[in-house]
Amino acid sequence: MTTKHKAIALISGGLDSLLAVRVMQEQGIEVEGINFYTGFCVEGHTHAIRNHDKDKQKRNNALWAAEQLGIKLHIVDVIEEYKDVLLNPKHGYGANMNPCLDCKIFMVGKAVQWIQENRKDGFDFIITGEVIGQRPMSQRKQTMPIVAKESGAEDILVRPLCAKNLPATKPELEGWIDREKMYDFSGRTRKPQMALAAKYGFTDYASPAGGCCFLTDKNYSDKLVDLWDARGTREYEMDDIMLLKVGRHIRPKPEFKLIIARDAGESKYLEGYRKQFVTIQVVSHNGPLTMVDGDIKPEDFELAAGVVARYGQGRDAEQVEVHIFVPGEDIKIMNIKPLSVDQVNEDWHV
Amino acid sequence: MSEHELDARRMLCPMPVIKTQNKVKELAVGDILNVICTDPGVLSDIPAWARINGHKILGHHDNGDEITVTVQVGG
Repeated sequence: MTTKHKAIALISGGLDSLLAVRVMQEQGIEVEGINFYTGFCVEGHTHAIRNHDKDKQKRNNALWAAEQLGIKLHIVDVIEEYKDVLLNPKHGYGANMNPCLDCKIFMVGKAVQWIQENRKDGFDFIITGEVIGQRPMSQRKQTMPIVAKESGAEDILVRPLCAKNLPATKPELEGWIDREKMYDFSGRTRKPQMALAAKYGFTDYASPAGGCCFLTDKNYSDKLVDLWDARGTREYEMDDIMLLKVGRHIRPKPEFKLIIARDAGESKYLEGYRKQFVTIQVVSHNGPLTMVDGDIKPEDFELAAGVVARYGQGRDAEQVEVHIFVPGEDIKIMNIKPLSVDQVNEDWHV
Repeated sequence: MSEHELDARRMLCPMPVIKTQNKVKELAVGDILNVICTDPGVLSDIPAWARINGHKILGHHDNGDEITVTVQVGG
Protein backbone atom coordinates (compact mmCIF):
# COMPACT_ATOMS: atom_id res chain seq x y z
CA MET A 1 0.00 0.00 0.00
CA THR A 2 1.41 3.39 -0.94
CA THR A 3 1.47 6.28 1.53
CA LYS A 4 -0.67 9.27 0.60
CA HIS A 5 1.37 12.43 0.73
CA LYS A 6 0.11 15.82 1.71
CA ALA A 7 1.01 19.34 0.65
CA ILE A 8 0.19 22.87 1.71
CA ALA A 9 -0.35 25.24 -1.23
CA LEU A 10 -0.01 29.00 -1.33
CA ILE A 11 -3.34 30.17 -2.76
CA SER A 12 -3.57 33.72 -4.05
CA GLY A 13 -6.86 33.20 -5.83
CA GLY A 14 -5.28 33.60 -9.25
CA LEU A 15 -5.08 31.06 -12.03
CA ASP A 16 -1.53 29.83 -11.45
CA SER A 17 -2.03 28.62 -7.90
CA LEU A 18 -5.36 27.09 -8.91
CA LEU A 19 -3.65 25.07 -11.64
CA ALA A 20 -0.63 24.14 -9.53
CA VAL A 21 -2.90 22.52 -6.95
CA ARG A 22 -4.95 20.66 -9.54
CA VAL A 23 -1.74 19.28 -11.13
CA MET A 24 -0.77 17.87 -7.75
CA GLN A 25 -4.24 16.53 -7.04
CA GLU A 26 -4.04 14.66 -10.35
CA GLN A 27 -1.05 12.86 -8.88
CA GLY A 28 -3.00 11.81 -5.80
CA ILE A 29 -1.57 14.41 -3.45
CA GLU A 30 -3.87 15.63 -0.68
CA VAL A 31 -3.72 19.43 -0.59
CA GLU A 32 -4.80 22.15 1.80
CA GLY A 33 -4.49 25.82 0.91
CA ILE A 34 -3.05 28.74 2.81
CA ASN A 35 -3.61 32.40 2.02
CA PHE A 36 -1.76 35.26 3.71
CA TYR A 37 -3.50 38.59 4.25
CA THR A 38 -0.99 41.45 4.31
CA GLY A 39 -3.47 44.35 4.26
CA PHE A 40 -2.34 45.23 0.75
CA CYS A 41 -4.21 42.41 -0.97
CA VAL A 42 -6.52 43.59 -3.74
CA GLU A 43 -9.34 41.36 -2.53
CA GLY A 44 -12.69 43.04 -2.45
CA HIS A 45 -11.98 46.24 -0.51
CA THR A 46 -12.74 48.82 -3.12
CA HIS A 47 -15.60 46.65 -4.35
CA ALA A 48 -17.06 46.83 -0.87
CA ILE A 49 -16.68 50.61 -0.67
CA ARG A 50 -17.23 52.23 -4.04
CA ASN A 51 -20.64 52.69 -5.64
CA HIS A 52 -19.57 51.87 -9.17
CA ASP A 53 -18.23 48.50 -8.03
CA LYS A 54 -21.41 47.52 -6.25
CA ASP A 55 -22.64 45.43 -9.17
CA LYS A 56 -19.43 43.43 -9.40
CA GLN A 57 -19.65 39.99 -7.96
CA LYS A 58 -18.25 40.12 -4.46
CA ARG A 59 -16.15 37.10 -3.85
CA ASN A 60 -12.84 36.32 -2.28
CA ASN A 61 -10.92 34.62 -5.06
CA ALA A 62 -8.80 32.52 -2.71
CA LEU A 63 -11.95 31.08 -1.14
CA TRP A 64 -13.47 30.62 -4.57
CA ALA A 65 -10.36 28.78 -5.81
CA ALA A 66 -10.34 26.53 -2.76
CA GLU A 67 -13.97 25.66 -3.34
CA GLN A 68 -13.30 24.80 -7.00
CA LEU A 69 -10.45 22.56 -5.90
CA GLY A 70 -12.37 20.97 -3.04
CA ILE A 71 -9.68 21.85 -0.50
CA LYS A 72 -9.61 23.48 2.91
CA LEU A 73 -8.25 27.03 3.03
CA HIS A 74 -6.53 28.66 5.98
CA ILE A 75 -6.46 32.46 5.79
CA VAL A 76 -3.74 33.94 7.95
CA ASP A 77 -3.51 37.55 9.15
CA VAL A 78 0.13 38.62 8.67
CA ILE A 79 -0.46 42.38 8.75
CA GLU A 80 1.93 43.07 11.64
CA GLU A 81 4.69 40.74 10.52
CA TYR A 82 4.45 42.02 6.98
CA LYS A 83 5.49 45.52 8.04
CA ASP A 84 9.10 44.40 8.28
CA VAL A 85 8.92 42.93 4.77
CA LEU A 86 7.62 46.20 3.37
CA LEU A 87 9.87 48.52 5.37
CA ASN A 88 13.13 46.57 5.16
CA PRO A 89 13.17 44.45 2.03
CA LYS A 90 16.57 42.77 1.73
CA HIS A 91 16.16 42.43 -2.03
CA GLY A 92 14.68 45.89 -2.58
CA TYR A 93 11.56 47.12 -4.31
CA GLY A 94 10.16 46.57 -7.78
CA ALA A 95 8.88 49.38 -9.98
CA ASN A 96 6.83 50.77 -7.08
CA MET A 97 6.75 49.96 -3.36
CA ASN A 98 6.39 46.26 -4.10
CA PRO A 99 8.97 44.10 -2.30
CA CYS A 100 7.97 41.10 -4.41
CA LEU A 101 10.98 38.83 -3.85
CA ASP A 102 11.07 39.40 -0.09
CA CYS A 103 7.31 38.93 -0.04
CA LYS A 104 7.53 35.55 -1.74
CA ILE A 105 10.34 34.47 0.59
CA PHE A 106 8.25 35.60 3.56
CA MET A 107 5.14 33.73 2.45
CA VAL A 108 6.94 30.49 1.63
CA GLY A 109 8.72 30.84 4.98
CA LYS A 110 5.36 31.20 6.72
CA ALA A 111 4.22 28.02 4.96
CA VAL A 112 7.31 26.25 6.31
CA GLN A 113 6.39 27.52 9.77
CA TRP A 114 2.82 26.31 9.27
CA ILE A 115 4.07 22.80 8.46
CA GLN A 116 6.24 22.81 11.59
CA GLU A 117 3.45 24.10 13.84
CA ASN A 118 0.92 21.60 12.46
CA ARG A 119 3.01 18.44 12.46
CA LYS A 120 0.00 16.38 13.44
CA ASP A 121 -1.50 17.18 10.04
CA GLY A 122 1.49 15.61 8.29
CA PHE A 123 2.29 18.03 5.51
CA ASP A 124 5.21 16.79 3.40
CA PHE A 125 5.87 19.69 1.04
CA ILE A 126 4.82 23.12 -0.23
CA ILE A 127 3.26 24.04 -3.57
CA THR A 128 3.28 27.43 -5.29
CA GLY A 129 1.95 28.52 -8.66
CA GLU A 130 5.20 30.27 -9.59
CA VAL A 131 6.27 30.30 -13.23
CA ILE A 132 9.76 31.27 -14.35
CA GLY A 133 9.68 34.65 -16.06
CA GLN A 134 6.07 35.37 -15.09
CA ARG A 135 6.94 38.28 -12.79
CA PRO A 136 9.90 40.58 -13.37
CA MET A 137 11.14 40.57 -9.79
CA SER A 138 10.14 37.47 -7.88
CA GLN A 139 9.64 34.85 -10.55
CA ARG A 140 12.90 34.65 -12.47
CA LYS A 141 15.24 31.72 -13.04
CA GLN A 142 17.80 33.34 -10.71
CA THR A 143 15.33 34.07 -7.93
CA MET A 144 13.65 30.65 -7.74
CA PRO A 145 16.53 29.11 -5.73
CA ILE A 146 16.74 32.24 -3.55
CA VAL A 147 13.09 31.80 -2.51
CA ALA A 148 13.67 28.12 -1.73
CA LYS A 149 16.83 28.80 0.26
CA GLU A 150 15.96 31.97 2.19
CA SER A 151 12.45 30.78 3.10
CA GLY A 152 13.93 27.63 4.63
CA ALA A 153 11.81 25.44 2.36
CA GLU A 154 14.86 24.21 0.40
CA ASP A 155 13.97 21.01 -1.51
CA ILE A 156 10.38 20.67 -0.31
CA LEU A 157 9.22 23.61 -2.42
CA VAL A 158 7.50 22.36 -5.58
CA ARG A 159 6.41 24.59 -8.48
CA PRO A 160 4.30 22.24 -10.59
CA LEU A 161 3.85 24.68 -13.49
CA CYS A 162 7.57 25.08 -14.17
CA ALA A 163 9.10 22.11 -12.32
CA LYS A 164 10.70 20.70 -15.45
CA ASN A 165 12.82 23.84 -15.75
CA LEU A 166 14.14 23.50 -12.20
CA PRO A 167 16.27 20.99 -10.28
CA ALA A 168 14.38 17.98 -8.93
CA THR A 169 12.91 18.45 -5.47
CA LYS A 170 12.63 15.94 -2.64
CA PRO A 171 9.04 14.91 -3.50
CA GLU A 172 10.26 14.07 -7.02
CA LEU A 173 13.41 12.27 -5.89
CA GLU A 174 11.47 10.27 -3.31
CA GLY A 175 8.90 9.29 -5.91
CA TRP A 176 5.97 10.99 -4.14
CA ILE A 177 5.21 12.87 -7.37
CA ASP A 178 6.12 12.28 -11.01
CA ARG A 179 8.24 15.01 -12.57
CA GLU A 180 7.09 13.99 -16.03
CA LYS A 181 3.51 14.88 -15.13
CA MET A 182 4.42 18.45 -14.25
CA TYR A 183 5.07 21.35 -16.63
CA ASP A 184 7.79 23.55 -18.12
CA PHE A 185 5.93 26.84 -18.45
CA SER A 186 8.04 29.99 -18.69
CA GLY A 187 7.71 33.63 -19.66
CA ARG A 188 4.92 36.12 -19.42
CA THR A 189 2.57 34.43 -21.87
CA ARG A 190 -0.61 33.13 -20.26
CA LYS A 191 -1.52 30.80 -23.11
CA PRO A 192 -0.21 27.56 -21.55
CA GLN A 193 -2.06 28.32 -18.33
CA MET A 194 -5.25 29.14 -20.21
CA ALA A 195 -4.98 25.90 -22.16
CA LEU A 196 -4.45 23.93 -18.96
CA ALA A 197 -7.40 25.73 -17.34
CA ALA A 198 -9.56 24.71 -20.30
CA LYS A 199 -8.38 21.11 -19.96
CA TYR A 200 -9.41 21.08 -16.30
CA GLY A 201 -12.69 22.89 -17.00
CA PHE A 202 -11.85 26.10 -15.13
CA THR A 203 -13.53 29.04 -16.85
CA ASP A 204 -14.40 31.67 -14.26
CA TYR A 205 -10.96 32.24 -12.77
CA ALA A 206 -9.54 35.58 -11.64
CA SER A 207 -6.82 37.23 -13.69
CA PRO A 208 -5.67 40.43 -11.97
CA ALA A 209 -3.52 42.33 -14.46
CA GLY A 210 -1.14 43.83 -11.94
CA GLY A 211 -1.01 40.89 -9.59
CA CYS A 212 -2.91 40.68 -6.34
CA CYS A 213 -1.18 43.44 -4.38
CA PHE A 214 -1.85 47.19 -4.14
CA LEU A 215 1.88 47.81 -3.72
CA THR A 216 2.41 47.10 -7.42
CA ASP A 217 0.11 50.05 -8.20
CA LYS A 218 1.88 53.37 -8.81
CA ASN A 219 -0.91 55.58 -7.48
CA TYR A 220 -1.20 53.56 -4.32
CA SER A 221 2.57 53.52 -3.79
CA ASP A 222 2.74 57.29 -4.32
CA LYS A 223 0.11 57.80 -1.61
CA LEU A 224 1.97 55.51 0.76
CA VAL A 225 5.26 57.38 0.27
CA ASP A 226 3.44 60.71 0.72
CA LEU A 227 2.00 59.45 4.01
CA TRP A 228 5.41 58.41 5.28
CA ASP A 229 7.04 61.68 4.17
CA ALA A 230 4.33 63.78 5.83
CA ARG A 231 4.61 61.93 9.12
CA GLY A 232 8.38 61.68 9.12
CA THR A 233 8.10 57.97 9.91
CA ARG A 234 7.36 54.84 7.95
CA GLU A 235 5.22 53.33 10.67
CA TYR A 236 1.65 52.56 9.62
CA GLU A 237 -1.52 51.03 10.99
CA MET A 238 -4.23 49.04 9.26
CA ASP A 239 -6.52 52.08 9.01
CA ASP A 240 -3.76 54.02 7.22
CA ILE A 241 -3.37 51.49 4.47
CA MET A 242 -7.11 51.04 4.09
CA LEU A 243 -7.66 54.79 3.76
CA LEU A 244 -5.11 54.97 0.96
CA LYS A 245 -7.59 52.94 -1.10
CA VAL A 246 -10.43 55.40 -0.51
CA GLY A 247 -11.20 58.82 -1.96
CA ARG A 248 -9.35 61.65 -3.63
CA HIS A 249 -6.26 62.63 -1.62
CA ILE A 250 -5.32 66.31 -1.55
CA ARG A 251 -2.57 67.78 0.61
CA PRO A 252 -2.91 71.62 0.73
CA LYS A 253 -0.28 71.82 3.49
CA PRO A 254 2.41 69.41 4.63
CA GLU A 255 0.71 68.96 8.02
CA PHE A 256 -2.63 67.62 6.78
CA LYS A 257 -4.29 65.81 3.94
CA LEU A 258 -7.92 65.81 2.83
CA ILE A 259 -9.49 62.48 1.87
CA ILE A 260 -12.50 63.45 -0.21
CA ALA A 261 -15.06 60.73 -0.91
CA ARG A 262 -15.71 60.18 -4.61
CA ASP A 263 -19.21 58.76 -4.22
CA ALA A 264 -21.86 57.88 -1.65
CA GLY A 265 -20.24 54.53 -0.96
CA GLU A 266 -16.96 56.16 0.03
CA SER A 267 -18.80 58.80 2.08
CA LYS A 268 -20.50 56.02 3.98
CA TYR A 269 -17.18 54.29 4.57
CA LEU A 270 -15.57 57.50 5.88
CA GLU A 271 -18.50 58.01 8.26
CA GLY A 272 -16.96 55.24 10.32
CA TYR A 273 -13.97 57.48 11.10
CA ARG A 274 -15.95 60.49 12.37
CA LYS A 275 -15.23 59.80 16.03
CA GLN A 276 -11.47 59.68 15.44
CA PHE A 277 -10.79 62.32 12.79
CA VAL A 278 -11.80 65.84 11.83
CA THR A 279 -14.41 65.64 9.05
CA ILE A 280 -15.78 68.30 6.74
CA GLN A 281 -19.14 68.40 4.96
CA VAL A 282 -20.82 70.97 2.73
CA VAL A 283 -24.41 71.19 4.00
CA SER A 284 -25.98 73.81 1.72
CA HIS A 285 -25.41 71.66 -1.38
CA ASN A 286 -24.82 67.99 -2.09
CA GLY A 287 -21.20 67.13 -1.56
CA PRO A 288 -18.83 64.43 -0.41
CA LEU A 289 -17.81 63.73 3.15
CA THR A 290 -14.17 64.60 3.68
CA MET A 291 -11.83 63.28 6.32
CA VAL A 292 -8.79 65.18 7.49
CA ASP A 293 -5.69 63.08 8.08
CA GLY A 294 -2.97 64.86 10.01
CA ASP A 295 -2.79 67.95 12.15
CA ILE A 296 -5.07 70.70 10.89
CA LYS A 297 -4.99 74.09 12.69
CA PRO A 298 -8.15 76.25 13.06
CA GLU A 299 -6.56 78.87 10.79
CA ASP A 300 -6.50 76.26 8.01
CA PHE A 301 -10.21 75.39 8.27
CA GLU A 302 -11.19 77.96 5.63
CA LEU A 303 -8.63 76.65 3.16
CA ALA A 304 -9.73 73.06 3.76
CA ALA A 305 -13.42 73.98 3.48
CA GLY A 306 -12.73 75.83 0.23
CA VAL A 307 -11.07 72.77 -1.27
CA VAL A 308 -13.84 70.44 -0.12
CA ALA A 309 -16.50 72.77 -1.54
CA ARG A 310 -14.74 72.58 -4.90
CA TYR A 311 -15.76 68.89 -5.10
CA GLY A 312 -19.46 69.36 -4.28
CA GLN A 313 -22.43 70.52 -6.34
CA GLY A 314 -22.03 74.04 -4.95
CA ARG A 315 -18.64 74.46 -6.63
CA ASP A 316 -19.90 77.38 -8.75
CA ALA A 317 -21.96 79.04 -6.00
CA GLU A 318 -20.97 82.38 -4.53
CA GLN A 319 -21.16 80.94 -1.05
CA VAL A 320 -21.70 77.54 0.53
CA GLU A 321 -22.24 76.49 4.12
CA VAL A 322 -19.66 74.06 5.42
CA HIS A 323 -19.66 72.21 8.73
CA ILE A 324 -16.44 71.12 10.34
CA PHE A 325 -16.67 68.34 12.89
CA VAL A 326 -13.84 68.11 15.39
CA PRO A 327 -14.26 65.09 17.68
CA GLY A 328 -15.41 66.22 21.13
CA GLU A 329 -16.08 69.82 20.08
CA ASP A 330 -19.08 71.81 18.84
CA ILE A 331 -19.66 71.89 15.09
CA LYS A 332 -17.88 74.78 13.40
CA ILE A 333 -20.05 76.47 10.81
CA MET A 334 -18.42 78.40 7.95
CA ASN A 335 -19.84 80.23 4.96
CA ILE A 336 -17.19 80.36 2.29
CA LYS A 337 -16.70 80.63 -1.45
CA PRO A 338 -15.47 77.38 -3.03
CA LEU A 339 -11.98 77.49 -4.47
CA SER A 340 -11.76 77.64 -8.25
CA VAL A 341 -10.04 74.96 -10.31
CA ASP A 342 -6.92 77.12 -10.55
CA GLN A 343 -6.82 77.69 -6.80
CA VAL A 344 -6.59 73.96 -6.09
CA ASN A 345 -2.91 73.60 -6.82
CA GLU A 346 -1.99 70.66 -9.02
CA ASP A 347 0.84 69.79 -6.63
CA TRP A 348 -1.67 69.24 -3.82
CA HIS A 349 -3.03 66.12 -5.54
CA VAL A 350 -1.35 63.07 -4.06
CA MET B 1 -24.06 23.82 22.69
CA SER B 2 -23.58 27.54 23.37
CA GLU B 3 -24.14 30.74 21.44
CA HIS B 4 -21.46 33.38 20.89
CA GLU B 5 -21.10 36.78 19.25
CA LEU B 6 -18.26 38.24 17.21
CA ASP B 7 -17.94 41.94 16.38
CA ALA B 8 -16.51 42.39 12.87
CA ARG B 9 -18.01 45.83 12.22
CA ARG B 10 -16.00 48.22 10.01
CA MET B 11 -13.75 45.40 8.92
CA LEU B 12 -13.43 44.74 5.23
CA CYS B 13 -13.13 41.25 3.82
CA PRO B 14 -11.23 39.08 4.35
CA MET B 15 -10.82 40.29 7.96
CA PRO B 16 -14.34 39.22 9.05
CA VAL B 17 -13.60 35.77 7.60
CA ILE B 18 -10.25 35.57 9.41
CA LYS B 19 -11.84 36.64 12.71
CA THR B 20 -14.63 34.09 12.22
CA GLN B 21 -12.14 31.35 11.38
CA ASN B 22 -10.04 32.10 14.45
CA LYS B 23 -13.05 32.35 16.77
CA VAL B 24 -14.50 29.07 15.51
CA LYS B 25 -11.23 27.31 16.47
CA GLU B 26 -12.05 28.15 20.11
CA LEU B 27 -15.60 26.75 19.93
CA ALA B 28 -17.06 23.26 20.15
CA VAL B 29 -18.86 21.36 17.41
CA GLY B 30 -22.48 22.49 17.32
CA ASP B 31 -21.83 25.90 18.89
CA ILE B 32 -23.47 28.92 17.27
CA LEU B 33 -21.56 32.06 16.33
CA ASN B 34 -23.29 35.32 15.34
CA VAL B 35 -20.87 37.47 13.33
CA ILE B 36 -21.88 41.14 13.16
CA CYS B 37 -20.44 42.89 10.08
CA THR B 38 -20.76 46.01 7.96
CA ASP B 39 -19.02 44.80 4.77
CA PRO B 40 -21.64 43.22 2.46
CA GLY B 41 -18.85 41.04 1.06
CA VAL B 42 -19.38 38.74 4.04
CA LEU B 43 -22.58 37.47 2.45
CA SER B 44 -20.51 35.57 -0.08
CA ASP B 45 -17.21 35.15 1.79
CA ILE B 46 -18.35 33.67 5.12
CA PRO B 47 -20.64 31.11 3.46
CA ALA B 48 -17.82 30.16 1.02
CA TRP B 49 -15.43 29.77 3.93
CA ALA B 50 -18.02 27.70 5.83
CA ARG B 51 -18.68 25.39 2.88
CA ILE B 52 -15.01 24.51 2.29
CA ASN B 53 -14.26 24.06 5.98
CA GLY B 54 -17.30 22.01 6.96
CA HIS B 55 -19.37 24.55 8.89
CA LYS B 56 -23.01 25.46 8.42
CA ILE B 57 -24.62 28.85 7.80
CA LEU B 58 -27.92 28.98 9.68
CA GLY B 59 -28.92 32.30 8.16
CA HIS B 60 -28.22 36.01 7.99
CA HIS B 61 -30.00 39.21 8.93
CA ASP B 62 -29.43 42.55 7.22
CA ASN B 63 -30.85 45.66 8.92
CA GLY B 64 -29.46 48.04 6.31
CA ASP B 65 -26.47 49.12 8.39
CA GLU B 66 -25.27 45.81 9.79
CA ILE B 67 -25.33 42.24 8.65
CA THR B 68 -25.37 39.37 11.12
CA VAL B 69 -24.27 36.00 9.77
CA THR B 70 -25.04 32.96 11.94
CA VAL B 71 -22.59 30.08 11.74
CA GLN B 72 -22.89 26.66 13.33
CA VAL B 73 -19.53 25.02 13.99
CA GLY B 74 -19.06 21.76 12.10
CA GLY B 75 -17.03 18.69 12.95
